[in-house]
Amino acid sequence: MYIVIVGGGRVGYYLAKALIEEGHEVLIVEQNHIICETINHEMGSICRRGDGCEVSTLTDAGTARAAMFVAVTGEDQHNLVACQIAKTKFKVPRTIARIKNPKNEVLFKKLGVDVTICSTNVILEHITEEVPTHPLTHLMEIPEGGLEVVEVRIPAGSASAGKAVKDLSLPAGSMLSLIIRKDQKPIVPVAATVLLAGDQVIAVTSSASEEALRAALRAK
Amino acid sequence: MLDADGNTVIVIDIDAYSFRRLPTAFKGKALVGNGMDLEVLKKAGVEQAEVFIAMTQGDNRNIMAAQMAKHIFNVPRVICRIYDPLRQEIYQTLGLETISPTTIFADMLKKRVED
Repeated sequence: MYIVIVGGGRVGYYLAKALIEEGHEVLIVEQNHIICETINHEMGSICRRGDGCEVSTLTDAGTARAAMFVAVTGEDQHNLVACQIAKTKFKVPRTIARIKNPKNEVLFKKLGVDVTICSTNVILEHITEEVPTHPLTHLMEIPEGGLEVVEVRIPAGSASAGKAVKDLSLPAGSMLSLIIRKDQKPIVPVAATVLLAGDQVIAVTSSASEEALRAALRAK
Repeated sequence: MLDADGNTVIVIDIDAYSFRRLPTAFKGKALVGNGMDLEVLKKAGVEQAEVFIAMTQGDNRNIMAAQMAKHIFNVPRVICRIYDPLRQEIYQTLGLETISPTTIFADMLKKRVED
């Protein structure tokens, strides 16, 4: 398959390498001559210097016979225009664009780009997967008093589930301010309020007591 | 000129320094921000706009902002400056109202030389 890649940065470089290994014919279009020379030196003449949004460059690159067109520069607007030109002028059947700003996904799809890959979203998803589920989330900092507003979820089986607020051993400097319970109105906790597993507790705490607060609410 | 004619004008620029060139009599608003950002455009009131003009120095930036205005916010009239005549042709056929200063200037020079 003949594939044109616009952008010879890290993404373009490793993509080209992987595609060549799979036996595809690849051409990279890159504006920076130093990057061009480095790629050509390493992988053979597969990089052409030029603007991937310019019709003449894309004509020279043989875009008309490309089965796939991939735009992976670091700028959303360049990737959009390159794909639109490949699609309308050169009738490339499949265009793929890298997107940095997740909000641009809708626009790209609307304007006919076949596939969009949002690098920000991909990275975010991977990192959040690595985070243990809902330990303690920082919502806001109050620098004046050295205070923080945090959210803690009461896990099933934690010692605090089923206990009244007055019976919890909360650290000094921590205060529960709101309980959000599924399908109910938010509860402003009083001494007698009983916590349940699954509750989302919004608390104000000093930075120093944060760890003790987490333990008081989540320990088994 | 649009402002002086009594229109309500909002200028968006990524650099507040650019606004120094606005005349003191300018009654419109100047907004610092990226004109290709949906939130910035919303803040500028693009949803109520009757005309949207993209005229930064970057062809692709103009194309992207203009298409946002046209296809996401449905602004009735969108005008886009594109220096590259070939790119201008493509987007003109795609239904965008485009102006290429390069072509206009070349035509003008040609006429002068031939007259």
